[in-house]
Amino acid sequence: MAPWYLKFAWRDSRGSRRRMLLYLSSMILGVAALVSINSFGNNLRNAIDREAETLLGADLSFESSRPFPEEIEFVIDSLGGLQSRRISFSSMAYFERTDDVRLSTVRAQEPGFPYYGAIETDPPSAASTFLTGNNALVDATLMSQFAAEVGDSIRIGTLTYQIAGKLIQTPRETAAIMLFSPRIYIPLEHLDRTLLEAGSRADYEVYFRFPEGRDADAIVENLRPRLREAQVRTDTVEEEKEGWDRSLTNLYRFLSLVGFMSLLLGSLGVASSVHVYVRQRIGTVAVLRCFGSRTWPTFSVYLIQAVGMGVIGAVLGSLLGFAIQASLPLVLGDFLPVSVDFALSWSAVWLGSGIGLGVTVLFALLPLLVVKDVSPLVALRADLEADVRGQKSPLWWLVVVTIGLSVTLFAIMQSPSPKIGIGYSMSLVIVFGALVLVAKTLIRILKNHPPTKLSYVSRQGIANLHRPHNQTLIMTLALGVGTFLIATMLLSQHSLLQQMSLVAEGDRPNLVFFDIQSGQVDGVEEELRKRQLPVLDRVPIVSMRISSINGTTISAMRADTTRNLTWAHRREYRSSYREGLTDSEVLISGVMDPRVDPDTLEFIPVSIENDIAEMLDVSIGDRISFDVQGFEMDTRITSIRTVDWQRMQTNFYFVFPLGVLEDAPQFNVVLSRTDTALESAAAQTAIVRRFPNVSAIDISLVMNVFDEIFSRIAFIVRFMALFTIITGLIVLSGAVLISRFQRIEESVLLKTIGASKSQVLRIMLVEYIALGILAATSGIILALGGGWALSRFVFEIDFVIPTLQLIGLVFFEVFMTLTIGLLNSRGVYAKKPLEVLRAEV
Amino acid sequence: MSAVLSVSNLTKTFPSGDKFITVLSNISFELMAGDTCAIVGPSGSGKTTLLGLSAGLDDPSAGTIVLCGHHLGDLSEDDRASVRNQHVGFVFQTFRLIPTLTALENVMVPGELRGKKNVRQIALDLLDRVGLADRSHHYPAQLSGGEQQRVGLARAFVNRPSILFADEPTGNLDAETGDAVIELLFDLNRTAGTTLVLVTHDMELAPRAGRLLRLKGGQIVSDSALEDPVRSLQPLSTEVD
Ligand SMILES: Nc1ncnc2c1ncn2[C@@H]1O[C@H](COP(=O)(O)OP(=O)(O)OP(=O)(O)O)[C@@H](O)[C@H]1O
Ligand SMILES: [Mg+2]
Repeated sequence: MAPWYLKFAWRDSRGSRRRMLLYLSSMILGVAALVSINSFGNNLRNAIDREAETLLGADLSFESSRPFPEEIEFVIDSLGGLQSRRISFSSMAYFERTDDVRLSTVRAQEPGFPYYGAIETDPPSAASTFLTGNNALVDATLMSQFAAEVGDSIRIGTLTYQIAGKLIQTPRETAAIMLFSPRIYIPLEHLDRTLLEAGSRADYEVYFRFPEGRDADAIVENLRPRLREAQVRTDTVEEEKEGWDRSLTNLYRFLSLVGFMSLLLGSLGVASSVHVYVRQRIGTVAVLRCFGSRTWPTFSVYLIQAVGMGVIGAVLGSLLGFAIQASLPLVLGDFLPVSVDFALSWSAVWLGSGIGLGVTVLFALLPLLVVKDVSPLVALRADLEADVRGQKSPLWWLVVVTIGLSVTLFAIMQSPSPKIGIGYSMSLVIVFGALVLVAKTLIRILKNHPPTKLSYVSRQGIANLHRPHNQTLIMTLALGVGTFLIATMLLSQHSLLQQMSLVAEGDRPNLVFFDIQSGQVDGVEEELRKRQLPVLDRVPIVSMRISSINGTTISAMRADTTRNLTWAHRREYRSSYREGLTDSEVLISGVMDPRVDPDTLEFIPVSIENDIAEMLDVSIGDRISFDVQGFEMDTRITSIRTVDWQRMQTNFYFVFPLGVLEDAPQFNVVLSRTDTALESAAAQTAIVRRFPNVSAIDISLVMNVFDEIFSRIAFIVRFMALFTIITGLIVLSGAVLISRFQRIEESVLLKTIGASKSQVLRIMLVEYIALGILAATSGIILALGGGWALSRFVFEIDFVIPTLQLIGLVFFEVFMTLTIGLLNSRGVYAKKPLEVLRAEV
Repeated sequence: MSAVLSVSNLTKTFPSGDKFITVLSNISFELMAGDTCAIVGPSGSGKTTLLGLSAGLDDPSAGTIVLCGHHLGDLSEDDRASVRNQHVGFVFQTFRLIPTLTALENVMVPGELRGKKNVRQIALDLLDRVGLADRSHHYPAQLSGGEQQRVGLARAFVNRPSILFADEPTGNLDAETGDAVIELLFDLNRTAGTTLVLVTHDMELAPRAGRLLRLKGGQIVSDSALEDPVRSLQPLSTEVD
């Protein structure tokens, strides 16, 4: 025979089952988030595995920032297979019909590539036909920006191309990348080679396709030393896949952590519902104890109910998760390199529902443990509550510690590194803790300093927030977390944009011309002057790499495993030369020589930026040899500067004195300022028409792009924040429903003593408005702290408060709270005094 | 014949601030099988506390209680629960029916706790005895106060307890309904031969018990077993409302 508590658990849940489902819905949402995100993540990985080759479009690629040297050309030859070359560089594209210019990434390629997958274009045939003549494929977004049409002409360098089609999807690129810099594909055969002259940047690529059975990774392994020597980067399908895997895994793990947060919120909601539920069951428990039920079986009654709830939540959550999963590609599509099919992932279901069940039961245990300590004596006493103050027994603490450990463990599992996982759970504790603190403080202020000047109705409504068994704290927490997320996002976006527009304010430069060859500088300045535009600065730039430090070559350092070779050692430096400091620099040690005569010196004095000096582990007196495009140049550090990188200026890690680099291959940057977009476009067009190799960037355009990117990220964050807010609102519904009986009693009491129906209604209005304000303010107060810290310490910019948006957010939340609150109280205020005496709890 | 309930030198104190208040001091009495005993006394005199201690619902501060042969002081809370399940029935002032169970299920609870067979039939019979056979599938909220307490009586007897504790069973009922409930209580008690401990304010009811304990300030001020029952009742009737 089944033990009595099984049967009893089922019977006892009568009348609460539907309500339990409501309490559960917050947790269901959390499970759904976890299931959908993880399932999607698994599908994504499968898609990447399946379409791995299309990620690269070939079996192997070589890449170099200068034309391949002869010995590498020899290697390329010897590798055989199918080969296709491509050169990528930044250049201005000039739209002839509309007279517009835009800095773009131009990819000049040979037929063949991509060997796997395809360049997706509209019309589809354009992907292959564009290679047959002076044709181009242009990024669809760019085309719509300039209202360009297939068949229009664009000029790149000195050559004109006919637009053969719109680029929709290309190998190795996501839609989000296109935002940074629009793509234009042209045939390599028809490339204006003058654009590649010394000084300007270009990527030289060759793509291979090998017959079945040749292992690209093994080939790379063999060639690695030679390729590295020649500074040729390689990419294989395997490497590309790993790269995507890593970054996408991080992406979906991040989402998963956000989903987990909404599960935690949901569980808090469940815990608070169970808390009230258990209070209502104390009489039952006491009677059972009187009639001789033992401690653990009695406790089991409620544990079984909690587990049952958890199981139902896990099942429904998984189902909902699938529905949400179907919508994820719409949200994330722009950031993905492959299209992801919809498929059920059982491992995600087990993970999501397992964690959902575990977390629900653990959180439910906290209030449930009270059951264990209910004294049978309670049945003899009229006041049930008196004896059951939630003592924090050792068992209670054990549950708390278990919850803490499992949350941390899960976070570690989902994070790229344990450190981040621990950081995540720490920040959860901090955010939750801070919210509780803020909310408690606000509630205490309301309680201790009641607004005596308000009407009776308002005072009563506000007093409802801190009456016994209120759910104010839990609701503030649930709604506050969502508000916090949204508000923090708003604040950082606003501060960053504000910073960027500040940068371009006053007489600071907002139009930058670069890739100007030395002989063209005067011409560019002349064009600017012709249009009454100022030349704010002209800066020469010379590309170089470090070849050795204090006599040890970079390759020797690389061979020495004890040395920490950083990106700072390997990167290409763009350096300049001038007499002294600019106003964005501060000299912190040594002296800067204004001009030297290299023939009389053994070492050329050079000034280094402080951070990079630390990364390279060098200081004054150390020797650095540079490879300046083939020429070896020995320098000695004679000064260290700090640079304010926030300033919209040309800033450099290395600055040389005059007299050294004047004859090195170089290009120049000219800074100007225009006050209108029209002026800016006209100047760009004129200069690009005259000097096709010159590129221009308008800061406002950068800001637009930045804004766009930020909006898309913000969209994802909002999508997740919405989850937590919905969770909060569900918790709210649960809380309102659970206290329904108490409310009906009160409202009847109020009416019995002469309150009108409208007064009772208004008391409730005030209560929900106050609750909404409380939750929103708590979240925003916390976000102000977080946003301030972010802008101060992470972005290092001024903190700006978008007051209007924040007020809007408060209004939204108050509105939602009010709606949900009133919806769930339907009928409460309309009850007639007599009905309550027979009302079911 | 051995005592069903034997209380000796029972003292109960509660901490109150940094002091202790003595709610019961030095209580001793003994009840045999089939005895009926009424406990009376002013509010706050410790009646409920005494009842709770006797049933093993709480630990005494001093003294011993032997319930149906078990020294309650030697038992854990769970073991006392088993003793209650075997030997004890309860009737509460506030009925304490479990709101989520039907009348029948409520009556069955003690039997199901014990794992008793055909508890359903016994429960149905008892419901019939209290005149609620046709209401067995109704929930407490659908029953009147008097009906609820009759279900409470049926529940109290379902395990055929050796001793029944009733704390003001009519306290929440009007006089007429209360009388009916009391009739039933004594009737069931007589047939089952149960020992009955009855806390009451009702001075007409008290004399119906074979024995009368008068509590005041935590002490037994009179015990009819030791005195002339008639005389001992005189001052009491003026004291209790
Ligand atoms: N848990 C407790 N803590 C402190 N004092 C208590 C506790 N339980 C009971 N008391 C006190 O013990 C005294 C006796 O209480 P008890 O409930 O036994 O009285 P009673 O005789 O049943 O009264 P009534 O007729 O009103 O039911 C009261 O003064 C009460 O305040
Ligand atoms: Mg009492």
